[in-house]
Amino acid sequence: MRFVFKTSYDADIRWFKHGAQLFWYALLLAMMIALPLVFIISGNSYLLGEITSVLIFSVACLGLMLLTGQTGLASLGHAAFMAMGCYANILLLNAGVPWLIAFPLAGLLAGLFGTIIAMPVLRLHGVYLALATLAMSIITGDVIDLTEKWTGGVSGISVPDISIFGYTINKYANPYAFYYVALAVVVICTMFYRNLLRSPSGRSFAAIRDSEVSAQAMGINLTRTKATSFFLSCTMAGLAGAMFGHSATYVTHETFDIVMSITLFLAIVVGGLGFMHGAFLGAIISGLIPVLIANGRTLLSTTFGININIPGLESAMFACIVIAFILFEPMGLYGRWLKIRTYFELFPFYRKDMFRRQKSYLKTERVQ
Amino acid sequence: MSHAPLLEIKNATQRFGGVVAVNDVSLHVNEGEVFALVGPNGAGKSTVFNLLSRFHTPAEGSITFDGNDVLKLSSDDVPSIGIARTFQNIELFEQATVLQNLLVGRHRHRKSNIFSELFFTPKARNEERQHRHAVEQVIDFLDLQAYRDKMISGLPYGVRKVVELGRALATEPKLLLLDEPASGLSVEETQDMAFWIEDMQKQMGITILMVEHDMGLVSAVSNRVLALSDGKELATGTPAEVQSHPAVIEAYLGTSGIQKGGKK
Repeated sequence: MRFVFKTSYDADIRWFKHGAQLFWYALLLAMMIALPLVFIISGNSYLLGEITSVLIFSVACLGLMLLTGQTGLASLGHAAFMAMGCYANILLLNAGVPWLIAFPLAGLLAGLFGTIIAMPVLRLHGVYLALATLAMSIITGDVIDLTEKWTGGVSGISVPDISIFGYTINKYANPYAFYYVALAVVVICTMFYRNLLRSPSGRSFAAIRDSEVSAQAMGINLTRTKATSFFLSCTMAGLAGAMFGHSATYVTHETFDIVMSITLFLAIVVGGLGFMHGAFLGAIISGLIPVLIANGRTLLSTTFGININIPGLESAMFACIVIAFILFEPMGLYGRWLKIRTYFELFPFYRKDMFRRQKSYLKTERVQ
Repeated sequence: MSHAPLLEIKNATQRFGGVVAVNDVSLHVNEGEVFALVGPNGAGKSTVFNLLSRFHTPAEGSITFDGNDVLKLSSDDVPSIGIARTFQNIELFEQATVLQNLLVGRHRHRKSNIFSELFFTPKARNEERQHRHAVEQVIDFLDLQAYRDKMISGLPYGVRKVVELGRALATEPKLLLLDEPASGLSVEETQDMAFWIEDMQKQMGITILMVEHDMGLVSAVSNRVLALSDGKELATGTPAEVQSHPAVIEAYLGTSGIQKGGKK
């Protein structure tokens, strides 16, 4: 087991707890930066495209994690904010705004839009809030249809290429550059998220998640803090939506459907609610499952001659995985990793119940 | 005393439907005093606290604290005038560490805004260090060093109780509301609590208003006691006076008249 000998308050404030942690994350970043080399050498960039999609999806997961995992506000409507970011980005680019301004602005617009929409539903809790946001994601498609003049509605609209200082980036023309753009967005969002966690805002989000009553008694303004969380979360979703648009190159009213909202939600549950790592693990899993199912299907038909063509099989399998996680691993994949790590750190003193959530102390519901 | 009391509640009444939880209660707490509210279950003690925290608005009456009209504030503004509280059934942030819980207590001293926090500017970092320093003093005072990085969800009851006290202390209050600080604590832990209350009063100059059932603790630490029953004030005075007051004895033990009546 490692003992970190702290000699200053900064040891609790800085990003990495100890040198080894810094090393591993630096190594991960270096590997991510070097990754395209593998595909340049092999000459096949299909898998890189998949990895880029996972990166984009993980930005959306980070956004939802901030809202649901960190602040405890469930949202089943995040695809709506992704759509907002996507269309804002397209419209700004078509209006001639340079990408470097249009892209962040699209995120901010989605954030603003999300906050305005969220204001009336912020008083709701738990399942009621989830239902209100679910309604939001149901009407998204209709709103896109109604605003056909700008969004292209049913027939869709094509997404302009990214252009940075005259250098044009298209997912198919130059997948490597596109990958780096996605990676940069992920790294920046991750840094913002990590900074939030170590500052008063992040703590006030967690305070609201765990006990609204005592958060209030500590001087935290519930409405303002929840609105802030919604704003940041929707901004990240908007950025992810804008990147998603670039990646899809063509979007219609069906691109950001309710299935995407639910997939996002399920991804963060499988990844581990409340953990930043969980957002990434969830994004990886939700990107991996369709690929695995497709490969499994091919394997079955080529080697055994069995053809499975059941519509909705992917959703069903994903649903089963989620149910299994909720039943057997409520802390998600990252929680499982924490348990394994603690097992080895404390060996042989790990106890089975170490991560069991305590339910023995009643919460006061009286003062609400 | 020549100057005005720190906290003054005048004729406060709070009804929940037909139940009058607090009925025309008046009390004043002087600066530097330990004031205890006692009474049987359902007497309205916690309701008085919730009125002070602005979770409820009284139907009648006024509350002034340190020159401020408390009833004009919203509940998240109450800490900023110097009132901090603990809860009867511990209300900590379960999925956070002790340190993070205590740091939430510093929220009212927050000067950074969301943008300086997102970029974690040198100013935000400096502020964070100051919060950390203030919290460290609370940790020292309450001997919580061993638990700094522990999750609340894994802590025993007694420690949680102390962490909640610490979180209230981290706000640097003028008035501390303790809702049953000794409930569920062992004899040793209650004794620790008594020493801390005394230290807070004498060294830190914090005024304390507490609800407590443990009359041993109440008589050990408090200067004045108010006994409530059915939302009504029974008696005010020193712990000894209140304990020997006939109305208080009646409220706790019943009257001999009823016993006679029962025998008939």
